[in-house]
Amino acid sequence: MKKAKNINSNTLLLLITVVLFIALYAGGCIVYSAKGFTHLQTFLNILITNSGLICVACGLTVVMLTAGIDISVGSLVAMDCMMLAVGMRNGIGAIPMCLLVLITGVVFGLVQGSLIGYLNIQPFIVTMAGMFFGRGMTAVICTEQVSITQEINATFYKWANAKITLPFGGYTNNKGKYMAPFVRVEVLIALLVLIIIFLMLRYTRFGRALYAIGGSEQSAAMMGLNVKATKMKAYMLSSVLTSIGGICYCLNTMAGSVQQATGLEMDAISSAVIGGTLLTGGVGNVLGSFIGVLINGTISSIVKTNGKLASSWPNILTAALLFVFIVIQSLFAAMRARKNR
Amino acid sequence: MSTDSSSLWNKIKSWPLLLPVVALILVMALNILHDVAVGANPLSFFTITLNQTTSGGTILYGRIIDILNRGSEVAILALGMTLVVSSSAGTDISVGSVMSLSASFCCMLLAGFGVTSTNELRVPLIVGVLAAFAMGTLCGCFNGTLVAYFGIQPMVATLILFSAARAIGLLVCNNMIVYIRNATFGAFGAFTGPLPTPIIIAAICIAIVAVVLRKTSLGMYIQSVGINSKASRIAGLNSKRIIFLTYVICGFFAGVAGLVNSSRITSADSNNIGLYYEMDAILAVALGGNSLGGGKFNLAGSIIGAYTIQAITTTLYALGVSTDQAPVYKAIIVVIIVAIQAPPVRAFFRKRANAKAFGKEAAKA
Amino acid sequence: MEDNVVLTARGISMTFPGVKALENVDFTLRKGEIHALMGENGAGKSTLIKCLTGINDFEAGEIHIEGVDEPVKNHSTRDAQNVGISTVYQEVNLCPNLSVAENLFIGREPLTKLKTVDRKSYNVKSQKIMDDLGISVDVTQNLENYSLAIQQMVAIARAVDMECKVLILDEPTSSLDDEEVEKLFKLMRMLKEKGVGIIFVTHFLEQVYAVCDRITVLRNGALVGEYPIADLPRVKLVAAMMGKDLDDLAAIKGETKDLSHEPLEISAKGLAHIGTVKPFDLEIHKGEVIGIGGLLGSGRSELARSIYGADRANTGSLKVKDKDVQIHQPIDAMNLGMGMLPDDRKAEGIIEDLTVRENIILALQAKTGMFKKLSRQKQNEIADRYIDLLSIKTPSPDTLVKQLSGGNQQKVILARWLATSPDFLILDEPTRGIDIGTKTEIQKLIVELAGQGKSIMFISSEIMEMVRTCNRMVIMRDREKVGEIGGDITEQKIMHAIAGGEGE
Repeated sequence: MKKAKNINSNTLLLLITVVLFIALYAGGCIVYSAKGFTHLQTFLNILITNSGLICVACGLTVVMLTAGIDISVGSLVAMDCMMLAVGMRNGIGAIPMCLLVLITGVVFGLVQGSLIGYLNIQPFIVTMAGMFFGRGMTAVICTEQVSITQEINATFYKWANAKITLPFGGYTNNKGKYMAPFVRVEVLIALLVLIIIFLMLRYTRFGRALYAIGGSEQSAAMMGLNVKATKMKAYMLSSVLTSIGGICYCLNTMAGSVQQATGLEMDAISSAVIGGTLLTGGVGNVLGSFIGVLINGTISSIVKTNGKLASSWPNILTAALLFVFIVIQSLFAAMRARKNR
Repeated sequence: MSTDSSSLWNKIKSWPLLLPVVALILVMALNILHDVAVGANPLSFFTITLNQTTSGGTILYGRIIDILNRGSEVAILALGMTLVVSSSAGTDISVGSVMSLSASFCCMLLAGFGVTSTNELRVPLIVGVLAAFAMGTLCGCFNGTLVAYFGIQPMVATLILFSAARAIGLLVCNNMIVYIRNATFGAFGAFTGPLPTPIIIAAICIAIVAVVLRKTSLGMYIQSVGINSKASRIAGLNSKRIIFLTYVICGFFAGVAGLVNSSRITSADSNNIGLYYEMDAILAVALGGNSLGGGKFNLAGSIIGAYTIQAITTTLYALGVSTDQAPVYKAIIVVIIVAIQAPPVRAFFRKRANAKAFGKEAAKA
Repeated sequence: MEDNVVLTARGISMTFPGVKALENVDFTLRKGEIHALMGENGAGKSTLIKCLTGINDFEAGEIHIEGVDEPVKNHSTRDAQNVGISTVYQEVNLCPNLSVAENLFIGREPLTKLKTVDRKSYNVKSQKIMDDLGISVDVTQNLENYSLAIQQMVAIARAVDMECKVLILDEPTSSLDDEEVEKLFKLMRMLKEKGVGIIFVTHFLEQVYAVCDRITVLRNGALVGEYPIADLPRVKLVAAMMGKDLDDLAAIKGETKDLSHEPLEISAKGLAHIGTVKPFDLEIHKGEVIGIGGLLGSGRSELARSIYGADRANTGSLKVKDKDVQIHQPIDAMNLGMGMLPDDRKAEGIIEDLTVRENIILALQAKTGMFKKLSRQKQNEIADRYIDLLSIKTPSPDTLVKQLSGGNQQKVILARWLATSPDFLILDEPTRGIDIGTKTEIQKLIVELAGQGKSIMFISSEIMEMVRTCNRMVIMRDREKVGEIGGDITEQKIMHAIAGGEGE
C-alpha cells in the first residue's frame, strides 16, 4: 500500500521535454517542408551550430546538480576563442593552443571552485566575477576581431572544414545533385562529451556525490561525503567542459572577438532547465540538457527558415518555454510538499 | 586613555559604511597618485569648472561631475536592487533588460511603430515617460509574482525577463534603433541649468526612497522579512506581499533608469541599453556592505557603492584602460570584496585577532 | 565492563556559555536492549546524544565502547560511526533524490574493475538488506517516493549495515502515523534480537511502554535515575521527568474564580490542522487563564497555532467574541485582538538583527499598517514603557536584540504583544530557559492581565506554573485533546491526566 507510484515526476518532466521537442520539430517539418526543413541536414545543422553550447550545457548541468550556478561560461568561451585566434596568429600550433585553452579552463575552474567550495561564497557572485574577468581578459588579449584563416593555421582550418558525411539520409537537390548529409568535427566532440558526462554522472562515485549534494548538502556531509572538494571539482569540470565548448565554438565561427558568445550562459541555463534540471539541485540529466539545446536550436532554425520573423523571436519563445517549465516545476514541488506532509 | 581610542576604533569598525567609503577613498587616492605620477595637478580629480557650451549655456565640468552623471542609472537601479536583495536574499538579474524594454516601449510610443527617426513626438512626452515607468513596474510585478507567490528562486525567475525583455524591446522597435531627435525627449539626459539632468533624476529617486523609508514602515517590514520571514509572519507581516512589493519597486526603477539612458542617447538602442547594468547594480549592493544573503540593508552604502563603481570605471579609463578591458579589474575587486566578507576568512582573522589579544594579556601578566 | 554492556558513559559533564548542560551524567546501554532516554526540554537528552556522537566535545567523563580498550572521544559523526555508534534523526538525513539503494551505499559503493560504480551489485545487496529487515521496498526507486516511515527505516538500515553496535534513534516517530510507528517498532525489535543496543528518544509515553526495556530519566542536565520498565509506571515517569515526587505533592492552590458566566472570547468547534493536531472543541471566557497541559509533542503548541492561524486550520469553525471568523494567517488573528508568543524564540520570535525598539513595536506597526508609521517619539515611548514595565535589561532601546540574554529576548517579544493590547494572548512556553525571578514576574503578569479582562492561553512544561496561574486546564495527549480540568486544579490531577492509560 505504501508502494511507490511508478510515475516519477522528474522522468515525467523529461518526457514532456522530449515530446515537446518532437512536436516542435514535426511542426517545423510540416509548415516548412517546402523550404527543406525535412532534410536530415537541417537537424545536423542544428547540431553543428550548437556543438559548443552542448558542451557548455553539460558543464552547467554538472554544476546545477549541486544546486550551484556558473554564469562565467559565455565569457570563458569568448576568451577561449580569442586565445585560439591570437595564439595561432602568432604562429603557435593548433594542438598546443587547444591544450593551453584546456589548461586555462582547469585553472579558471580551480579558482572559482575553491572560492565557492572552500570559502563558501555564493556561486552566483563568484562566477559573475569570473564572467567579468573572462570578458575583460578577452579584450586584454586583443580588442579587434581576429579571424582564423587557412594562412594563419592550416591544421585548424582543416579541422573546421572537415565534412564527415553520413551514408544515409541524403537528398537530390533541384540541380539533380546528390547531397549527402554531413556533420563536422565539433559535433563528434560534443557528442563524445555528452556521452562521457552522461556515463560519469551515472556510474562514478563523483557523479553520484554530485546528486547527493544537490539532494541535501547536509545529508551528504553526514553520510561522509567530502562536500567541499566535490563542489570544487564540479566547477573545475564546468570550466573544462566550457573550454572544450570554446574550441567547438571556435571551429564553428573561426574567429575571436570580444562580443562573441554573449548570453551563452543564459542559453545554457535555460536549456538545462527546459531539459528538466532543477536549479535547486539534485535532479537532472545531461540528456535532458541536450534536448533543451535542441529545442533552442529548433526554435532558432524555424525562425530562420521562416525568414520573415524578427531575430528576437527565438529569445522570446525560449523565455516563454522557460516560464512554462519553471511554473510546472514549481507546481510539482508544491504537490510533492503536500504529499509529504 | 587607551579605551577612548579603542572605542573610537570599534565605532569605525562597526560603521556600516566602512567598506564602501574605504573603497571610494582608495579609488580617489589612486586618481591622485596617477595625477601626481603624470605631473598633472594632484587635485585635478576634484576640480570642477564652469564651461561654455557651443549653444551658449554654462555647464559644470569635472571628473566628479562626470562620475555622478554616468553613475546615475546604476545608482537608481541599486535602490531597487537593495530592497530585493534584502527581502528575498536573491538578485533581480532582469533589470538591464527591463531598462531596454522600457526605453524601447517609450520611444516606440513617442515615435510611432516602425518609425526609425523622428523630430516630432506623436504623443505627449508625458505619455511616453509614464509608459516607460509602467512597463518597468509591470515587469517587476511579473518577477515578484514568480518569486513571492510561486516560490521560484529569484535568479531563475528573473532569468526569464533577462532574456525575453530585451528581445521584446527589439520587437517593439521593429528591430531597429529608434532615434528621437527632439530636445524635450533628450532633456532627461542633457543639462538642467549647469547640472546634468541624470544627476537630478537620481537625486529625486534617492529622495523618494529615503522619504518612503522614513515616512512609512516599509524599511522595517522588508528587513524583518529578510531576516526572519517566519517570525515576521507570526508578528503579522504578509511576507509574500512584501517580497512582491520589492520586486515591483525594483522594476519601476529599472523603467526610470531605462528612460534616462535612452534619453541620454536620444534613441532606443534595444541591444545596448542597460547591457550588464544588472551586474553593476548587484555589485553596488555588495560593495555597499550589504549581505547578498538578505536581511539588514543600508541604502546609503548601495548608493556610494554605485558611484564607486562608476569612479572605478572612470579611473580605469583615465589610466588608459579600454572599456572592454575594465571588467578584468572589476572582477578582481569583486573577488577581493566578497572574499574578505566570507565566513571562513572572517573566522580566520577573528581567531588571529583573539590569539593576538590573548598574547597581549599574557604579556601584561 | 560487564559482559553484555555495549556502551557506558560515566560522569559526563558539559557546559555551554552560562549554562550547565550536563552534570556528572552516567548512562549504560546493554546489548540487545531498547533503552528510552527521557526528559523534558532542556533536560540534556540531546546534549548527551551529541556527546556520544561527537558533535559536542564534553568536558569531563569517559565513554567506553565494547571492543575498544581505551576511552572513546569522538570528534565527528564519522568518528562515532567508526566505533560503531550510528544515529538516526527526526529529520531524515538522506538524499530524497537518490534511490533507496544509493542512499544505503553512497560514499562506499562497490566498484567494478573499471572503477565505476557497480549498480547491479549494490542494488542486489540493498534488496537483500531490506528484505532481511522485513521492509518491502523496491530499492531502485527514489527515496522521495516512499513514506517518511520507510525513509526512516532506510536510514536505520544504512546505520545497521555500517556495523553499528549502538543505534541512537532521536525522535524518529514524531512525524509518523500509528501504523508506521508499528512498522518501525517491528524493525527495532528485530535489531534488538540481533544484539544491537538501541537508545530511543521520544516524547510519546505510549511508545516507551510499547517497545522499551529500560528508561533513563534526565532532568535539568542531571541524571534522575535508570529504571527497568516494570519498575516505573507512567505516573512515576511523568513525576520523574517533571521533578516532582508524586507522593510528596502538596496541593498548592489559590482560589479559583468561576468565570463560566463571562462572555466567550474564543470558541472553537472541531478545529484541526492535519498532521499536527486532531479536531478539538474549546471555549475560552473573558478574563480566563487557560492552561494547556501535555508533554512536548502532545499537540499543545499545535492547538494554539491552529487557533492563531500560524498553521491554518484545515477543518472546523472558530468564533471570536461570538462572531464567526476565518483566519488565514496571523495578521487576521491579530486584527481580531489575538497575539501569540511562539515557543521557538529563535526561529519564530525575535528578529535578530533588528533593535529592541523595532522588535517591540513590530506587531503594533504591522497592525496599524505600513503607511501609518509610528512616529519615532511614539516608538521610543512604547519601547521605554515596556522596557521599564518588564524591566528588560538592555543598554538602550537601539541595541540589537540578538545581543540580549534569552530571558530578556523573551520579555521583548512579550512586550511586542502587550503593545498591541490584545484581548486574547497565547503564551507558548514564555518561561523556558529564563531565570526563576523572571519566571515569577511573568506568572504575576499573566494573572494581572487576566484581571484586566484579557484571556490568556498559557502553555508550559512546568506544571506548577500552570497550577498557580490557570483557571482551567486542557489536557493534550498524542495530538489530541483528551480532557479538561476545571475548578480545583492540582498537580496530581494534571499528571494523571497527562499520563493517561493506567494509573487512573
